[in-house]
Amino acid sequence: MIGRMFFAIRQGFRNVGRNHLFSLASIGTITACLFIFGIFYCIVTNFNYMIDRAQTNVGVTVFFDTSMSEEEILQIEDEIAQRPEVESTKYTSADQAWKDFKQQYFPDGDEGILAGLDNDNPLYDCANITVYLADTSRQSDLISYIEGIDGVTEVNGSQIMADSVTNFSRLIGYVSLGIILILALVAIFLISNTVMIGITVRKDEIAIMKYIGATDIFVRGPFIIEGMTIGLIGSVIPVIILRVLYTRVIDFILTHFTILRNILTFMDAGDVFRILAPVSLAAGLGIGFLGSYLTLRKHVRV
Amino acid sequence: MIVLDNVCKTYSTGVSALNGVSLRIRKGEFVFIVGSSGSGKTTLFKLLLKELEPTSGRIYINNKNIGRLRRRKVPKMRRGIGVVFQDFRLLKDRNIYENIAFAQRVVGKPAKVIKESVPQMLALVGLADKAEAFPKELSGGEQQRASLARALVNNPPILLADEPTGNLDPDNAWEIMKLLEDINKRGTTVVVVTHNQDIVEKMQKRVIRLDKGHIVSDEKGGVTNDR
Repeated sequence: MIGRMFFAIRQGFRNVGRNHLFSLASIGTITACLFIFGIFYCIVTNFNYMIDRAQTNVGVTVFFDTSMSEEEILQIEDEIAQRPEVESTKYTSADQAWKDFKQQYFPDGDEGILAGLDNDNPLYDCANITVYLADTSRQSDLISYIEGIDGVTEVNGSQIMADSVTNFSRLIGYVSLGIILILALVAIFLISNTVMIGITVRKDEIAIMKYIGATDIFVRGPFIIEGMTIGLIGSVIPVIILRVLYTRVIDFILTHFTILRNILTFMDAGDVFRILAPVSLAAGLGIGFLGSYLTLRKHVRV
Repeated sequence: MIVLDNVCKTYSTGVSALNGVSLRIRKGEFVFIVGSSGSGKTTLFKLLLKELEPTSGRIYINNKNIGRLRRRKVPKMRRGIGVVFQDFRLLKDRNIYENIAFAQRVVGKPAKVIKESVPQMLALVGLADKAEAFPKELSGGEQQRASLARALVNNPPILLADEPTGNLDPDNAWEIMKLLEDINKRGTTVVVVTHNQDIVEKMQKRVIRLDKGHIVSDEKGGVTNDR
Protein backbone atom coordinates (compact mmCIF):
# COMPACT_ATOMS: atom_id res chain seq x y z
CA MET A 1 0.00 0.00 0.00
CA ILE A 2 2.74 2.44 0.99
CA GLY A 3 4.79 1.22 -1.93
CA ARG A 4 1.90 2.02 -4.23
CA MET A 5 1.54 5.46 -2.75
CA PHE A 6 5.20 6.18 -3.38
CA PHE A 7 4.81 4.91 -6.90
CA ALA A 8 1.96 7.35 -7.48
CA ILE A 9 3.84 10.25 -5.93
CA ARG A 10 7.01 9.55 -7.87
CA GLN A 11 5.09 9.23 -11.13
CA GLY A 12 3.13 12.37 -10.32
CA PHE A 13 6.22 14.49 -9.82
CA ARG A 14 7.71 12.98 -12.93
CA ASN A 15 4.67 14.11 -14.91
CA VAL A 16 4.90 17.66 -13.62
CA GLY A 17 8.51 17.77 -14.78
CA ARG A 18 7.80 16.04 -18.06
CA ASN A 19 5.35 18.53 -19.47
CA HIS A 20 6.75 21.47 -17.61
CA LEU A 21 5.47 24.15 -20.00
CA PHE A 22 1.87 23.25 -19.38
CA SER A 23 2.55 22.67 -15.72
CA LEU A 24 4.03 26.17 -15.53
CA ALA A 25 1.01 27.68 -17.26
CA SER A 26 -1.30 25.95 -14.79
CA ILE A 27 0.81 26.95 -11.83
CA GLY A 28 0.84 30.54 -13.12
CA THR A 29 -2.93 30.65 -13.41
CA ILE A 30 -3.51 29.26 -9.96
CA THR A 31 -0.92 31.67 -8.60
CA ALA A 32 -2.72 34.59 -10.25
CA CYS A 33 -6.06 33.35 -9.01
CA LEU A 34 -4.97 32.92 -5.43
CA PHE A 35 -2.87 36.11 -5.51
CA ILE A 36 -5.93 38.14 -6.42
CA PHE A 37 -7.94 36.25 -3.85
CA GLY A 38 -5.28 37.04 -1.26
CA ILE A 39 -5.18 40.75 -2.12
CA PHE A 40 -8.94 41.06 -1.86
CA TYR A 41 -8.97 39.04 1.29
CA CYS A 42 -6.38 41.36 2.88
CA ILE A 43 -8.29 44.45 1.81
CA VAL A 44 -11.69 43.17 2.92
CA THR A 45 -10.56 41.84 6.29
CA ASN A 46 -8.60 44.98 7.08
CA PHE A 47 -11.52 47.07 5.96
CA ASN A 48 -13.91 45.16 8.16
CA TYR A 49 -11.45 45.37 10.99
CA MET A 50 -11.25 49.15 10.67
CA ILE A 51 -15.00 49.48 10.37
CA ASP A 52 -15.41 47.38 13.48
CA ARG A 53 -13.07 49.63 15.35
CA ALA A 54 -14.73 52.75 13.98
CA GLN A 55 -18.15 51.47 14.94
CA THR A 56 -17.24 51.37 18.58
CA ASN A 57 -16.30 55.04 18.35
CA VAL A 58 -19.09 56.39 16.20
CA GLY A 59 -22.60 56.24 17.54
CA VAL A 60 -26.02 57.75 17.29
CA THR A 61 -26.63 60.75 19.51
CA VAL A 62 -30.14 61.31 20.85
CA PHE A 63 -31.30 64.69 22.21
CA PHE A 64 -34.39 65.27 24.33
CA ASP A 65 -37.04 67.89 24.99
CA THR A 66 -36.05 70.14 27.90
CA SER A 67 -39.22 69.16 29.72
CA MET A 68 -37.91 65.62 30.13
CA SER A 69 -36.61 64.74 33.56
CA GLU A 70 -33.41 62.84 34.02
CA GLU A 71 -35.36 59.78 35.21
CA GLU A 72 -37.48 59.74 32.07
CA ILE A 73 -34.40 59.96 29.93
CA LEU A 74 -32.74 57.12 31.81
CA GLN A 75 -35.84 55.00 31.28
CA ILE A 76 -35.66 55.61 27.54
CA GLU A 77 -31.97 54.70 27.64
CA ASP A 78 -32.88 51.37 29.19
CA GLU A 79 -35.38 50.68 26.42
CA ILE A 80 -32.89 51.48 23.72
CA ALA A 81 -30.20 49.39 25.37
CA GLN A 82 -32.47 46.31 25.13
CA ARG A 83 -32.52 46.36 21.35
CA PRO A 84 -30.40 43.62 19.75
CA GLU A 85 -28.45 45.84 17.37
CA VAL A 86 -27.33 48.09 20.24
CA GLU A 87 -23.97 47.33 21.75
CA SER A 88 -23.90 49.95 24.53
CA THR A 89 -25.38 53.30 25.51
CA LYS A 90 -24.02 56.25 27.42
CA TYR A 91 -26.03 58.96 29.17
CA THR A 92 -24.63 62.46 29.39
CA SER A 93 -26.54 64.99 31.54
CA ALA A 94 -26.66 68.68 30.66
CA ASP A 95 -24.24 69.49 33.51
CA GLN A 96 -21.87 66.81 32.35
CA ALA A 97 -22.06 68.12 28.79
CA TRP A 98 -21.13 71.57 30.03
CA LYS A 99 -18.22 70.18 32.03
CA ASP A 100 -16.98 68.20 29.06
CA PHE A 101 -17.26 71.29 26.92
CA LYS A 102 -15.26 73.38 29.34
CA GLN A 103 -12.71 70.60 29.69
CA GLN A 104 -12.31 70.30 25.98
CA TYR A 105 -12.01 73.94 25.01
CA PHE A 106 -10.59 75.58 28.15
CA PRO A 107 -8.46 72.86 29.69
CA ASP A 108 -6.56 75.38 31.74
CA GLY A 109 -9.81 76.54 33.30
CA ASP A 110 -10.43 80.20 32.56
CA GLU A 111 -12.77 80.50 35.53
CA GLY A 112 -13.40 84.22 35.09
CA ILE A 113 -15.47 84.01 31.96
CA LEU A 114 -16.99 80.61 32.41
CA ALA A 115 -17.71 80.51 36.13
CA GLY A 116 -20.47 83.03 35.68
CA LEU A 117 -22.25 80.67 33.40
CA ASP A 118 -22.13 77.65 35.71
CA ASN A 119 -25.48 78.43 37.25
CA ASP A 120 -27.01 79.22 33.93
CA ASN A 121 -25.86 76.26 31.88
CA PRO A 122 -25.71 77.37 28.23
CA LEU A 123 -26.06 73.71 27.27
CA TYR A 124 -29.21 73.25 29.38
CA ASP A 125 -30.89 71.38 26.54
CA CYS A 126 -27.97 69.11 25.77
CA ALA A 127 -28.73 66.11 27.94
CA ASN A 128 -28.19 63.24 25.51
CA ILE A 129 -27.74 59.50 25.06
CA THR A 130 -25.05 58.16 22.80
CA VAL A 131 -25.93 54.77 21.35
CA TYR A 132 -23.18 52.48 20.03
CA LEU A 133 -24.24 49.89 17.52
CA ALA A 134 -23.10 46.33 17.24
CA ASP A 135 -24.17 46.27 13.61
CA THR A 136 -23.91 49.47 11.57
CA SER A 137 -26.08 48.17 8.77
CA ARG A 138 -29.14 48.46 11.04
CA GLN A 139 -28.55 52.09 11.94
CA SER A 140 -31.47 53.42 9.92
CA ASP A 141 -33.92 51.03 11.67
CA LEU A 142 -32.67 52.16 15.02
CA ILE A 143 -32.92 55.84 14.16
CA SER A 144 -36.51 55.59 12.99
CA TYR A 145 -37.34 53.64 16.15
CA ILE A 146 -35.76 56.28 18.41
CA GLU A 147 -37.37 59.16 16.49
CA GLY A 148 -40.73 57.63 17.33
CA ILE A 149 -40.13 57.87 21.09
CA ASP A 150 -41.92 60.70 22.93
CA GLY A 151 -39.67 63.48 24.14
CA VAL A 152 -36.94 62.88 21.58
CA THR A 153 -36.17 66.05 19.65
CA GLU A 154 -33.24 65.10 17.52
CA VAL A 155 -31.33 62.00 16.45
CA ASN A 156 -27.92 62.44 14.86
CA GLY A 157 -26.56 59.45 13.04
CA SER A 158 -23.90 58.97 10.44
CA GLN A 159 -26.27 57.25 8.08
CA ILE A 160 -24.64 58.06 4.77
CA MET A 161 -21.26 57.02 6.04
CA ALA A 162 -22.61 53.81 7.52
CA ASP A 163 -24.49 52.90 4.34
CA SER A 164 -21.59 53.55 2.02
CA VAL A 165 -19.23 51.62 4.22
CA THR A 166 -21.43 48.54 4.19
CA ASN A 167 -22.13 48.85 0.49
CA PHE A 168 -18.48 49.27 -0.35
CA SER A 169 -17.30 46.23 1.52
CA ARG A 170 -20.14 44.21 0.04
CA LEU A 171 -19.18 45.38 -3.46
CA ILE A 172 -15.56 44.40 -2.92
CA GLY A 173 -16.75 41.04 -1.74
CA TYR A 174 -18.86 40.41 -4.85
CA VAL A 175 -16.24 41.65 -7.29
CA SER A 176 -13.52 39.52 -5.75
CA LEU A 177 -15.81 36.51 -5.67
CA GLY A 178 -16.57 36.96 -9.37
CA ILE A 179 -12.92 37.30 -10.34
CA ILE A 180 -11.91 34.36 -8.21
CA LEU A 181 -14.61 32.16 -9.70
CA ILE A 182 -13.58 32.97 -13.26
CA LEU A 183 -9.91 32.40 -12.51
CA ALA A 184 -10.63 29.17 -10.68
CA LEU A 185 -12.52 27.89 -13.73
CA VAL A 186 -9.62 28.88 -15.99
CA ALA A 187 -7.23 27.12 -13.61
CA ILE A 188 -9.31 23.94 -13.58
CA PHE A 189 -9.47 24.02 -17.36
CA LEU A 190 -5.71 24.47 -17.68
CA ILE A 191 -4.93 21.71 -15.22
CA SER A 192 -7.33 19.46 -17.05
CA ASN A 193 -5.39 20.20 -20.25
CA THR A 194 -2.08 19.56 -18.56
CA VAL A 195 -3.29 16.23 -17.27
CA MET A 196 -4.79 15.44 -20.67
CA ILE A 197 -1.36 15.91 -22.25
CA GLY A 198 0.11 13.63 -19.61
CA ILE A 199 -2.51 11.03 -20.46
CA THR A 200 -1.75 11.31 -24.17
CA VAL A 201 1.99 11.06 -23.62
CA ARG A 202 1.55 8.04 -21.39
CA LYS A 203 -1.17 6.37 -23.45
CA ASP A 204 0.96 3.26 -24.02
CA GLU A 205 1.91 3.00 -20.39
CA ILE A 206 -1.72 3.31 -19.32
CA ALA A 207 -2.78 0.66 -21.83
CA ILE A 208 -0.11 -1.71 -20.51
CA MET A 209 -1.08 -0.97 -16.92
CA LYS A 210 -4.66 -1.90 -17.73
CA TYR A 211 -3.63 -5.19 -19.33
CA ILE A 212 -1.46 -6.08 -16.39
CA GLY A 213 -4.41 -5.51 -14.10
CA ALA A 214 -3.84 -2.10 -12.56
CA THR A 215 -6.77 -0.67 -10.65
CA ASP A 216 -8.38 2.66 -11.48
CA ILE A 217 -6.82 4.22 -8.42
CA PHE A 218 -3.40 2.99 -9.39
CA VAL A 219 -3.60 4.38 -12.89
CA ARG A 220 -5.18 7.65 -11.84
CA GLY A 221 -3.09 8.23 -8.72
CA PRO A 222 -0.08 9.76 -10.47
CA PHE A 223 -2.29 12.18 -12.41
CA ILE A 224 -4.16 13.23 -9.29
CA ILE A 225 -0.82 13.82 -7.58
CA GLU A 226 0.32 15.77 -10.62
CA GLY A 227 -2.72 18.02 -10.48
CA MET A 228 -2.50 18.50 -6.74
CA THR A 229 1.24 19.24 -6.91
CA ILE A 230 0.54 21.92 -9.49
CA GLY A 231 -2.21 23.28 -7.27
CA LEU A 232 0.00 23.23 -4.20
CA ILE A 233 2.90 25.03 -5.88
CA GLY A 234 0.43 27.50 -7.35
CA SER A 235 -0.89 28.29 -3.89
CA VAL A 236 2.38 28.43 -1.98
CA ILE A 237 3.85 31.05 -4.32
CA PRO A 238 1.13 33.69 -3.88
CA VAL A 239 0.99 33.15 -0.12
CA ILE A 240 4.71 33.80 0.19
CA ILE A 241 4.56 36.84 -2.09
CA LEU A 242 1.57 38.25 -0.23
CA ARG A 243 3.20 37.67 3.12
CA VAL A 244 6.25 39.66 2.05
CA LEU A 245 4.17 42.37 0.39
CA TYR A 246 1.76 42.75 3.28
CA THR A 247 4.24 44.12 5.80
CA ARG A 248 5.94 46.24 3.16
CA VAL A 249 2.75 47.84 1.91
CA ILE A 250 1.58 48.63 5.43
CA ASP A 251 4.94 50.11 6.30
CA PHE A 252 4.80 52.16 3.14
CA ILE A 253 1.33 53.51 3.84
CA LEU A 254 2.12 54.33 7.44
CA THR A 255 5.35 56.15 6.63
CA HIS A 256 4.12 58.04 3.58
CA PHE A 257 0.62 58.91 4.71
CA THR A 258 1.24 59.89 8.28
CA ILE A 259 -2.05 61.81 8.40
CA LEU A 260 -3.94 58.57 7.99
CA ARG A 261 -2.18 56.90 10.84
CA ASN A 262 -5.02 57.59 13.24
CA ILE A 263 -7.72 56.34 10.89
CA LEU A 264 -5.97 53.30 9.50
CA THR A 265 -5.23 50.55 11.91
CA PHE A 266 -4.10 47.43 10.10
CA MET A 267 -4.44 43.86 11.22
CA ASP A 268 -1.44 41.85 12.29
CA ALA A 269 0.07 39.86 9.43
CA GLY A 270 -0.14 36.79 11.66
CA ASP A 271 -3.91 37.20 12.10
CA VAL A 272 -4.48 37.66 8.38
CA PHE A 273 -2.33 34.74 7.24
CA ARG A 274 -3.54 32.35 9.90
CA ILE A 275 -6.71 32.16 7.79
CA LEU A 276 -5.45 33.17 4.36
CA ALA A 277 -2.61 30.63 4.14
CA PRO A 278 -4.61 27.46 4.89
CA VAL A 279 -7.55 28.64 2.78
CA SER A 280 -5.24 29.31 -0.18
CA LEU A 281 -3.49 25.96 0.16
CA ALA A 282 -6.79 24.13 0.38
CA ALA A 283 -8.11 26.04 -2.64
CA GLY A 284 -4.97 25.21 -4.64
CA LEU A 285 -5.13 21.53 -3.76
CA GLY A 286 -8.86 21.48 -4.45
CA ILE A 287 -8.49 23.11 -7.87
CA GLY A 288 -5.68 20.69 -8.71
CA PHE A 289 -7.67 17.68 -7.61
CA LEU A 290 -10.79 18.76 -9.44
CA GLY A 291 -8.95 19.58 -12.66
CA SER A 292 -7.26 16.20 -12.84
CA TYR A 293 -10.12 14.13 -11.45
CA LEU A 294 -12.67 15.43 -13.96
CA THR A 295 -10.32 14.69 -16.85
CA LEU A 296 -9.48 11.22 -15.58
CA ARG A 297 -13.09 10.30 -15.06
CA LYS A 298 -13.71 11.13 -18.69
CA HIS A 299 -10.61 9.63 -20.27
CA VAL A 300 -9.08 6.96 -18.07
CA ARG A 301 -11.30 4.03 -17.24
CA VAL A 302 -9.98 0.58 -16.68
CA MET B 1 -10.40 -22.63 -17.99
CA ILE B 2 -11.76 -20.56 -20.89
CA VAL B 3 -15.27 -21.17 -22.12
CA LEU B 4 -17.15 -19.20 -24.74
CA ASP B 5 -20.84 -19.90 -25.06
CA ASN B 6 -22.48 -18.67 -28.26
CA VAL B 7 -20.66 -15.34 -28.18
CA CYS B 8 -21.65 -12.63 -30.65
CA LYS B 9 -20.11 -9.24 -31.05
CA THR B 10 -21.50 -6.53 -33.27
CA TYR B 11 -19.78 -3.14 -33.18
CA SER B 12 -21.79 0.05 -32.99
CA THR B 13 -20.79 0.68 -36.60
CA GLY B 14 -22.86 -2.35 -37.53
CA VAL B 15 -19.86 -4.52 -38.30
CA SER B 16 -20.47 -8.01 -37.03
CA ALA B 17 -17.14 -9.45 -35.80
CA LEU B 18 -18.20 -12.66 -34.06
CA ASN B 19 -21.31 -14.68 -34.83
CA GLY B 20 -22.07 -17.30 -32.25
CA VAL B 21 -18.66 -18.57 -31.23
CA SER B 22 -18.58 -21.43 -28.74
CA LEU B 23 -15.36 -23.03 -27.57
CA ARG B 24 -13.71 -24.61 -24.57
CA ILE B 25 -10.04 -24.39 -23.68
CA ARG B 26 -8.92 -26.65 -20.83
CA LYS B 27 -6.35 -25.96 -18.21
CA GLY B 28 -2.81 -26.50 -19.47
CA GLU B 29 -3.77 -26.54 -23.16
CA PHE B 30 -1.79 -24.91 -25.94
CA VAL B 31 -4.17 -23.44 -28.53
CA PHE B 32 -3.69 -21.52 -31.74
CA ILE B 33 -6.44 -19.25 -32.95
CA VAL B 34 -5.94 -18.57 -36.64
CA GLY B 35 -7.77 -16.76 -39.38
CA SER B 36 -7.25 -13.98 -41.89
CA SER B 37 -7.58 -10.36 -40.86
CA GLY B 38 -11.20 -9.49 -40.22
CA SER B 39 -11.96 -13.03 -39.08
CA GLY B 40 -12.66 -11.88 -35.51
CA LYS B 41 -9.37 -12.91 -33.87
CA THR B 42 -8.63 -9.54 -32.37
CA THR B 43 -12.20 -9.10 -31.21
CA LEU B 44 -12.00 -12.46 -29.45
CA PHE B 45 -8.74 -11.40 -27.83
CA LYS B 46 -10.28 -8.17 -26.53
CA LEU B 47 -13.37 -9.97 -25.27
CA LEU B 48 -11.22 -12.32 -23.19
CA LEU B 49 -9.58 -9.32 -21.53
CA LYS B 50 -12.96 -7.69 -20.99
CA GLU B 51 -11.79 -4.75 -22.99
CA LEU B 52 -14.95 -5.23 -25.00
CA GLU B 53 -18.33 -6.61 -23.93
CA PRO B 54 -20.02 -9.27 -26.05
CA THR B 55 -23.30 -8.27 -27.68
CA SER B 56 -24.68 -11.63 -26.57
CA GLY B 57 -23.42 -14.90 -25.18
CA ARG B 58 -21.32 -15.72 -22.15
CA ILE B 59 -17.60 -15.90 -21.47
CA TYR B 60 -16.22 -17.90 -18.55
CA ILE B 61 -12.66 -17.62 -17.33
CA ASN B 62 -11.70 -19.92 -14.44
CA ASN B 63 -15.39 -20.82 -14.13
CA LYS B 64 -16.35 -17.20 -13.63
CA ASN B 65 -18.77 -15.46 -15.95
CA ILE B 66 -16.79 -12.33 -16.73
CA GLY B 67 -19.85 -10.65 -18.18
CA ARG B 68 -21.24 -10.40 -14.69
CA LEU B 69 -18.03 -9.13 -13.19
CA ARG B 70 -18.22 -5.78 -11.46
CA ARG B 71 -16.10 -3.06 -12.97
CA ARG B 72 -13.84 -2.75 -9.98
CA LYS B 73 -13.17 -6.50 -10.08
CA VAL B 74 -11.90 -6.35 -13.65
CA PRO B 75 -8.27 -5.53 -12.71
CA LYS B 76 -8.15 -8.60 -10.50
CA MET B 77 -9.46 -10.79 -13.29
CA ARG B 78 -6.85 -9.41 -15.71
CA ARG B 79 -4.08 -10.27 -13.28
CA GLY B 80 -4.86 -13.90 -14.03
CA ILE B 81 -4.06 -13.40 -17.70
CA GLY B 82 -0.63 -12.55 -19.07
CA VAL B 83 -0.65 -10.71 -22.39
CA VAL B 84 1.88 -10.45 -25.19
CA PHE B 85 1.46 -8.25 -28.26
CA GLN B 86 2.85 -8.18 -31.75
CA ASP B 87 4.50 -4.79 -31.12
CA PHE B 88 5.94 -5.82 -27.72
CA ARG B 89 4.65 -2.66 -25.99
CA LEU B 90 7.61 -2.23 -23.72
CA LEU B 91 8.01 1.15 -22.05
CA LYS B 92 10.73 2.94 -23.97
CA ASP B 93 11.90 5.14 -21.11
CA ARG B 94 12.76 2.22 -18.81
CA ASN B 95 15.31 -0.52 -19.03
CA ILE B 96 14.32 -4.16 -19.32
CA TYR B 97 14.57 -4.81 -15.60
CA GLU B 98 12.25 -1.89 -14.86
CA ASN B 99 9.83 -2.95 -17.56
CA ILE B 100 9.37 -6.31 -15.92
CA ALA B 101 9.40 -4.90 -12.39
CA PHE B 102 6.71 -2.49 -13.54
CA ALA B 103 4.25 -5.36 -13.92
CA GLN B 104 4.81 -6.30 -10.31
CA ARG B 105 4.66 -2.73 -9.04
CA VAL B 106 1.31 -2.31 -10.77
CA VAL B 107 -0.16 -5.17 -8.78
CA GLY B 108 1.50 -3.96 -5.58
CA LYS B 109 4.10 -6.67 -5.03
CA PRO B 110 6.59 -5.84 -2.27
CA ALA B 111 10.08 -4.73 -3.28
CA LYS B 112 11.62 -7.91 -1.89
CA VAL B 113 9.53 -10.13 -4.13
CA ILE B 114 10.32 -7.94 -7.13
CA LYS B 115 14.05 -8.20 -6.52
CA GLU B 116 13.80 -11.96 -6.52
CA SER B 117 11.39 -12.69 -9.31
CA VAL B 118 12.56 -10.26 -11.99
CA PRO B 119 16.03 -11.85 -12.36
CA GLN B 120 14.37 -15.25 -12.34
CA MET B 121 12.09 -14.27 -15.21
CA LEU B 122 14.98 -12.70 -17.11
CA ALA B 123 16.92 -15.93 -16.79
CA LEU B 124 13.91 -17.96 -17.93
CA VAL B 125 13.61 -15.99 -21.18
CA GLY B 126 17.39 -15.80 -21.64
CA LEU B 127 17.87 -12.11 -21.06
CA ALA B 128 19.80 -12.26 -17.79
CA ASP B 129 22.62 -10.15 -19.24
CA LYS B 130 20.28 -7.55 -20.76
CA ALA B 131 18.63 -6.28 -17.60
CA GLU B 132 20.18 -2.82 -17.91
CA ALA B 133 19.49 -2.46 -21.62
CA PHE B 134 16.73 -0.22 -22.95
CA PRO B 135 14.16 -1.68 -25.36
CA LYS B 136 15.57 0.14 -28.40
CA GLU B 137 18.96 -1.50 -27.78
CA LEU B 138 17.45 -4.97 -28.16
CA SER B 139 16.54 -6.96 -31.24
CA GLY B 140 12.90 -7.74 -31.97
CA GLY B 141 13.25 -11.25 -30.64
CA GLU B 142 14.82 -10.02 -27.43
CA GLN B 143 12.12 -7.41 -27.00
CA GLN B 144 9.45 -10.04 -27.43
CA ARG B 145 11.15 -12.24 -24.85
CA ALA B 146 11.23 -9.29 -22.46
CA SER B 147 7.53 -8.71 -22.97
CA LEU B 148 6.97 -12.42 -22.38
CA ALA B 149 8.85 -12.10 -19.11
CA ARG B 150 6.65 -9.18 -18.17
CA ALA B 151 3.51 -11.15 -18.99
CA LEU B 152 4.59 -14.08 -16.86
CA VAL B 153 6.25 -12.43 -13.89
CA ASN B 154 3.02 -12.40 -11.90
CA ASN B 155 2.46 -16.12 -12.56
CA PRO B 156 -0.84 -15.88 -14.43
CA PRO B 157 -2.54 -19.23 -15.13
CA ILE B 158 -3.36 -18.06 -18.67
CA LEU B 159 -1.12 -16.50 -21.30
CA LEU B 160 -2.69 -14.69 -24.25
CA ALA B 161 -0.40 -13.85 -27.15
CA ASP B 162 -1.61 -11.67 -30.03
CA GLU B 163 0.57 -12.29 -33.09
CA PRO B 164 3.67 -12.73 -30.91
CA THR B 165 5.82 -13.53 -33.94
CA GLY B 166 4.30 -10.99 -36.30
CA ASN B 167 7.31 -8.68 -36.25
CA LEU B 168 10.01 -11.32 -36.04
CA ASP B 169 12.16 -13.18 -38.56
CA PRO B 170 11.61 -16.97 -38.74
CA ASP B 171 14.49 -17.87 -36.40
CA ASN B 172 13.41 -15.50 -33.68
CA ALA B 173 9.79 -16.46 -34.20
CA TRP B 174 10.66 -20.07 -33.72
CA GLU B 175 12.55 -19.32 -30.51
CA ILE B 176 9.60 -17.47 -29.09
CA MET B 177 7.40 -20.42 -29.95
CA LYS B 178 9.70 -22.82 -28.17
CA LEU B 179 9.68 -20.52 -25.18
CA LEU B 180 5.88 -20.51 -25.23
CA GLU B 181 5.94 -24.30 -25.37
CA ASP B 182 8.24 -24.39 -22.33
CA ILE B 183 5.92 -22.07 -20.47
CA ASN B 184 3.00 -24.29 -21.42
CA LYS B 185 4.84 -27.34 -20.11
CA ARG B 186 5.22 -25.59 -16.80
CA GLY B 187 1.43 -25.56 -16.53
CA THR B 188 0.36 -22.25 -18.04
CA THR B 189 -2.56 -22.33 -20.45
CA VAL B 190 -1.31 -20.68 -23.65
CA VAL B 191 -3.54 -19.13 -26.31
CA VAL B 192 -1.76 -17.77 -29.38
CA VAL B 193 -3.56 -15.70 -31.97
CA THR B 194 -1.61 -15.80 -35.21
CA HIS B 195 -1.70 -16.14 -38.95
CA ASN B 196 1.79 -17.58 -39.26
CA GLN B 197 0.95 -20.86 -41.01
CA ASP B 198 4.50 -22.26 -40.86
CA ILE B 199 4.63 -22.11 -37.13
CA VAL B 200 1.16 -23.50 -36.63
CA GLU B 201 2.09 -26.37 -38.91
CA LYS B 202 5.31 -27.15 -37.10
CA MET B 203 3.95 -26.91 -33.57
CA GLN B 204 1.25 -29.58 -34.02
CA LYS B 205 -1.12 -28.15 -31.40
CA ARG B 206 -4.82 -27.61 -31.28
CA VAL B 207 -5.88 -25.07 -33.91
CA ILE B 208 -9.11 -23.10 -33.90
CA ARG B 209 -9.75 -21.43 -37.23
CA LEU B 210 -12.02 -18.42 -37.42
CA ASP B 211 -13.57 -17.04 -40.57
CA LYS B 212 -16.00 -14.12 -40.75
CA GLY B 213 -16.85 -14.51 -37.09
CA HIS B 214 -17.49 -18.26 -37.17
CA ILE B 215 -15.36 -21.20 -36.05
CA VAL B 216 -14.77 -23.13 -39.24
CA SER B 217 -12.49 -25.80 -37.81
CA ASP B 218 -11.14 -26.91 -34.45
CA GLU B 219 -8.71 -29.80 -34.56
CA LYS B 220 -5.37 -30.99 -33.40
CA GLY B 221 -2.43 -30.81 -35.71
CA GLY B 222 -1.54 -28.51 -38.52
CA VAL B 223 -3.68 -26.55 -40.89
CA THR B 224 -5.26 -29.08 -43.15
CA ASN B 225 -7.48 -26.83 -45.23
CA ASP B 226 -4.78 -24.37 -46.14
CA ARG B 227 -5.44 -21.55 -48.53
